[in-house]
Amino acid sequence: MRLLGLSRKDTRFLLIVIFLTMATPILLQPFPEGSGLATFNAGYPDLMQRFAIFGIFAIGFNILFGLTGYLSFGHAAFLGVGSYTVVWMYKLLDYNVVYGLPLAVAVSAVFAVVIGYVSLRRSGIYFSILTLAFAQMSYNLAYSVLTPLTNGETGLQVYGNDPQVLLGATEANSPHFFGWVMNDNFWEPVIGGWKFTFNNGYYFTAIIAIIAFYVSLRIFRSPFGLMLRAIKTNQTRLNYTGINTRPYTLAAFVISGMYAGLAGGLMAAMDPLAGAERMQWTASGEVVLMTILGGAGTLMGPILGAGFIKYFENIFSKINDSVLHGWFGFLPDGLEDFLIGVSHFFVGKSWHLTLGLLFMLVVVFLPGGLVEGGQRIAAMFRKKSGGKDDAAHQPKPAPHVAE
Amino acid sequence: MSKTNFTRRGLIKTGAATGAGLALPTIFTSGAMGFTNEPTGSTVKLGFNVPQTGPYAEEGLDELRAQELAVEHINGIGDGGMLNTFSSKVLDGTGILGKKVEFVTGDTQTKSDAARASAKSMIEKDGVLMINGGSSSGVAVAVQSLCQDAGIMFMAGLTHSNDTTGKDRKANGFRHFFNAYMSAAALGPVLKNVYGTDRRAYHLTADYTWGWTQQESIQASTEAIGWETVNNVLTPVGAGDFSSYITPVLQSGADVLILNHYGGDMVNSLSQAVQFGLRDAMANGKQFEIVVPLYSELMAAGAGDNIKGVYGSMNWNWQLTDEGTQAFVKSFGEKFGRPPSGSAHTCYVQTILYADAVTRAGAFNPCAVVEALEGFEFDGLGNGPTLYRAEDHQCFKDVLVMKGAENPTTEYDNLEIVEVTPVDQVIYPPNHPMFGGDEASLGECNDGA
Repeated sequence: MRLLGLSRKDTRFLLIVIFLTMATPILLQPFPEGSGLATFNAGYPDLMQRFAIFGIFAIGFNILFGLTGYLSFGHAAFLGVGSYTVVWMYKLLDYNVVYGLPLAVAVSAVFAVVIGYVSLRRSGIYFSILTLAFAQMSYNLAYSVLTPLTNGETGLQVYGNDPQVLLGATEANSPHFFGWVMNDNFWEPVIGGWKFTFNNGYYFTAIIAIIAFYVSLRIFRSPFGLMLRAIKTNQTRLNYTGINTRPYTLAAFVISGMYAGLAGGLMAAMDPLAGAERMQWTASGEVVLMTILGGAGTLMGPILGAGFIKYFENIFSKINDSVLHGWFGFLPDGLEDFLIGVSHFFVGKSWHLTLGLLFMLVVVFLPGGLVEGGQRIAAMFRKKSGGKDDAAHQPKPAPHVAE
Repeated sequence: MSKTNFTRRGLIKTGAATGAGLALPTIFTSGAMGFTNEPTGSTVKLGFNVPQTGPYAEEGLDELRAQELAVEHINGIGDGGMLNTFSSKVLDGTGILGKKVEFVTGDTQTKSDAARASAKSMIEKDGVLMINGGSSSGVAVAVQSLCQDAGIMFMAGLTHSNDTTGKDRKANGFRHFFNAYMSAAALGPVLKNVYGTDRRAYHLTADYTWGWTQQESIQASTEAIGWETVNNVLTPVGAGDFSSYITPVLQSGADVLILNHYGGDMVNSLSQAVQFGLRDAMANGKQFEIVVPLYSELMAAGAGDNIKGVYGSMNWNWQLTDEGTQAFVKSFGEKFGRPPSGSAHTCYVQTILYADAVTRAGAFNPCAVVEALEGFEFDGLGNGPTLYRAEDHQCFKDVLVMKGAENPTTEYDNLEIVEVTPVDQVIYPPNHPMFGGDEASLGECNDGA
């Protein structure tokens, strides 16, 4: 079956992604409420929204980094620009996200053209440093200089005395899409001990994420994508053959900037506040980590990486000593204290350490990221299930870039 | 040619799942909901959202200790602490309304975004009814508006900006801690007595809501006693190195440096100012002086000898001699082996006040709790007679003016109380221009229904 101009394999791939995205509220809630492992459940709206949003961010970043090999350290600037745009639209018009989101994409595209035009005159480390400089400039502007526009460290938020000229009398007083209120849950079934939350905002971001994924899939498969990969392989040779590569890199930069702007806009659509910290260099570094952790240049990798990091940030950081006592309480005192003492260094405020160690392990043993891990496991199963391919003397299928 | 596992069965499965996913929005279960996170079991959950990393981490960790202690006392474990001295006697050590109190913790990282993410996970995942905590006013303002929208209670911890109960005040948010205006109002007369009326002040200010309002307040109160303001320089939060900001101070013609910094920032800026010889310098024929409007024990311990003789203000100090303070210091000391800090005290008190308000209201519904807290007058929680003003949800009580002790005997008594400024001297009308004027409003209480 072919859908929307995709090959058979890509159609299957897209369907799997759609299924995974739609079933997220169930898949992320594997443990019953009240059990000791319920701490590891991640199926609550805020985190699911973050998975989808940072998935979009990482997909976009991957178009630049994964395809052209240009490592931008300033993508958080576009994230922030997108957020501020959407919150300003709330303040000026009303809480319907339909005005803010397209504008967020457009404004971040303008920013990306300016920053990209300057930064792309250099490549390699100089390009990274230039983007980093631009991002830090934007951050400092947002943090202190442009305070009337950004409300500084407190973060831009909507106040009761803002104009909101389009606000209707019966309109929801929080972000919505034509009345589809982001904060609301449309279904909260409790089945057995399991509690599932189906949130409006999550499905809104999820559908946008699927579209974003589809667009990125098309870019990967297009002649344009092939050109970007050629730039990554050997830009000098392309130049010698008479091809001007800069329009291609600039286009890739702007597209990934628009993805970041969309992600930033969605962050503000889920939570109507824009803080300057989301433009800081640590936020730019985070998306680099996500992409590398998941597997740069693969379609699924960045999404996995984004989920991985957000999971650690939100779940591991909340495990405190009293939760640990709950887990190890059945053990003899001495052993309990020892185990808590050891695990203390890996959870709670030390979640960075756990993430760092895992990142190191992944980079050392799985240079292709989590996707490579998945491929290796899949290869193991394929071997076990009998050498049918070999029996038919077929050549081994080439590794698919989408897996 | 590529191998594919795409089967008819697989397609039907995927299609069915996708179909179900798309059909879901039409299934509405609109069961009559009471209010956000209505407790149904035998326990009730509170969320403690404090900075465990970042420049205010020290304060945050001490807040967690106090919150843990408060939960123990509410659940009837330990000696009961300030429950014994509290003027309201409805808490009997059986939890809140017979439900045992549990708590979850989170790390705000001293960033608004991270704090909101952590607070959201508490509300959505853990089902908390009240969030307490937060060092840094930027975080408190951000989390307060989140709690307002979600329909749960926010009992502010350490937040000193005028905005928290000023232009950013919210119906579901309450602050026990004092604020920048009160600090300045208490410090003004004391500074006039010790340093005279002819002084020129140079401000270094943390660049966010707290710093801005702190600077505005102290500038107004020092100018009221005749001081002149030479300059105000904004510094980023968590800057670490303030040397480039301190170097120009001596050449500016100022003879007082006012450090509107807090936490690790204040420790660094004060230490560097002293290292640069500012306290030994003479300017305009007078001894150069440093003032730190907002003090805490943890900062004082961090700054060591550098704070000797430096004036500042506090919400509460463990060296007070009233009954409530003594009871609290005793139970905190027995459990953790150290006296509590001011931020620990305010979080402990806020947790107790919430539990008490729920019990008096007889309901967990935030709107009932808001009503029980508004205009509530109490005593025995360490600050003397205190009022929770209904108009802006700010507590009014005496303010302590502190000075770095000349001869501290331990690392905990490095501050001494100079004066207890009576509440009448620091009170202001709810529509004061520094607090958003007439436009500031609490809005409606929200229970999320």
